[in-house]
Amino acid sequence: MDARNWEHFEHEADIGLAATSDSRERLFEAMGAALSAVITDPAIVRPRQRVRIRCSAPDNALLMVDWINALIYEMATRGMIFGRFAVTIEDSRLSAKAWGEAVDVGRHHPAAEVKGATYTALRVSRQDDGEWLAQCVIDV
Amino acid sequence: MDINRFERRDAFEWHIPPSGNMRVPAVIYADEALISAMDDKVYEQVTNVATLPGIVKASYAMPDAHWGYGFPIGGVAAFDANQGGVISAGGVGFDISCGVRTLLTGLTHAQLEGHESHLADVLYRHIPVGLGSKGEIALNPREMDAMLGGGARWAVAGGYGTPADLERIEEQGAMADARPDYVSERAKTRQKQEMGTLGSGNHYLEVQQVVEVFDAHVADVFGLHRGEVVVSIHCGSRGLGHQLGTEFLRDMAAAAPEQGIVLPDRELACVRIESELGKRYLGAMRAAINCAFANRQIITHLVREAFVRFFPEARLELLYDVSHNTCKREDHRVEGHMQSLFVHRKGATRAFGPGHADLPDTFSAIGQPVLIGGSMGTSSYILVGTSESEARAFSSACHGAGRAMSRHAARRRWRGRQLVDELAERHIQIRSPSSRGVAEEAPGAYKDVRAVVESAERAGLARRVARLEPIVCVKG
Repeated sequence: MDARNWEHFEHEADIGLAATSDSRERLFEAMGAALSAVITDPAIVRPRQRVRIRCSAPDNALLMVDWINALIYEMATRGMIFGRFAVTIEDSRLSAKAWGEAVDVGRHHPAAEVKGATYTALRVSRQDDGEWLAQCVIDV
Repeated sequence: MDINRFERRDAFEWHIPPSGNMRVPAVIYADEALISAMDDKVYEQVTNVATLPGIVKASYAMPDAHWGYGFPIGGVAAFDANQGGVISAGGVGFDISCGVRTLLTGLTHAQLEGHESHLADVLYRHIPVGLGSKGEIALNPREMDAMLGGGARWAVAGGYGTPADLERIEEQGAMADARPDYVSERAKTRQKQEMGTLGSGNHYLEVQQVVEVFDAHVADVFGLHRGEVVVSIHCGSRGLGHQLGTEFLRDMAAAAPEQGIVLPDRELACVRIESELGKRYLGAMRAAINCAFANRQIITHLVREAFVRFFPEARLELLYDVSHNTCKREDHRVEGHMQSLFVHRKGATRAFGPGHADLPDTFSAIGQPVLIGGSMGTSSYILVGTSESEARAFSSACHGAGRAMSRHAARRRWRGRQLVDELAERHIQIRSPSSRGVAEEAPGAYKDVRAVVESAERAGLARRVARLEPIVCVKG
């Protein structure tokens, strides 16, 4: 799994996703892993099926919301969980592949169902030292 | 929050006078302990809502208010379309028309004794719950649109429940002016296999016992008697509502500036009710309300099927079905005259008092049932709407306890398996596919619902009728 630095942060009713990375694209991949980790351990998700995702938005923060919501939609409608991600971003257009498998309750023990990404505490920015960071609260 | 930031009107009413861009005051109903414990974001959000165009009277927060998306959860705000009033997807929420319905079994707790564990197993197997669960019906496009237009009426016509159920649901089970054609294909796709599913998170199905009656007359009219068993179902519009919330939040955030609306917070994305996008959202949201009605109606049918296996004579009459994430057009008295308003209730429950035209005949003289869920393992309450509630907050009341700690903190503190065992020792049967989910929903992770409903009563929002304790809880 292409995991980068990600974590969950406290939010009263729901869950905050946060990540850092040395590149914008790896940042988006890390937030994908953070999203899957709300449901199960991404490391145990087998890359049995690949799904293509495309989205675009006027800025990085809105693109992050669209990316997370696209993952949520694909997981919900395919009955899948994703564990690995490969993201390419050109200007404001994101093109990605996500690998995963069908939800297996006995093995994944899914903890929650994600409703959608919100604009609460939404942030995607690049620090002076070049490191990218992102955060986003998702409704569960 | 620091109570010195508020003007205290009485022990349960706190005001923030208009300042800056606020068009109306903000009003929070809670006792001192509850308001002190609320996070500072509630202050920020309830005052942000007060800046929105066309808002009438005040921006309200209920005793269970906490940090939400733009609107506080437990937020109530009404807008006049004739004054350029707005509608906000964040003011309704992702789970459009999430709500609670309660069924009267007519059984006593004594009759259930010895059957609790088996009943829990049967309910758990019979009602689809948790991530990855699928409903027993998959709707084709024509059926999907019929469901979105017909709500619980559609479900009853399909054999799920009886016509008598419909008068015990807000809007008689079908929201008027729903527009299935305004619901996106993605939202319909997301819903296709989720009809009659419970979901997860804080959604649940509980078998409960009436343990305390506060108002004997109203309890009698509601059919609530001490020692009797009821069943409560808490869920909403499932994937369809979530997808609509996602899409319209995005569209409104982009459209608001174009309509000259200054958003203090992007999360407060809203548009003029009379705009094209406002009308589209209204039509789609009404369809999502019907989806929630249909969903709870199907689950009701499944619960009845499960109970009949143990008690062949049990009928499980519907007491009432309430929603707590909606925006509805209602007529309210404002400064002596009736005004047509669009009332947002975000994590707040409608609480019509006696005499309201929309109540079923049986409840007309006393007011509507207000169903307040506690947390897993703690009390729930049934309240009744009051006459004074309209003047207080457009006939609105709280919806539940609200979380006292994050899911993250709850997982660190409790183990799901241990909680299940502890509650079993207290004769409460828990069934859930997710041990981690149980930990996140630990009773200790929620605020004290007793304090919330006592504040609601003392503030005149709704009055306590009965208290329920759980016997069985099925969670996603």
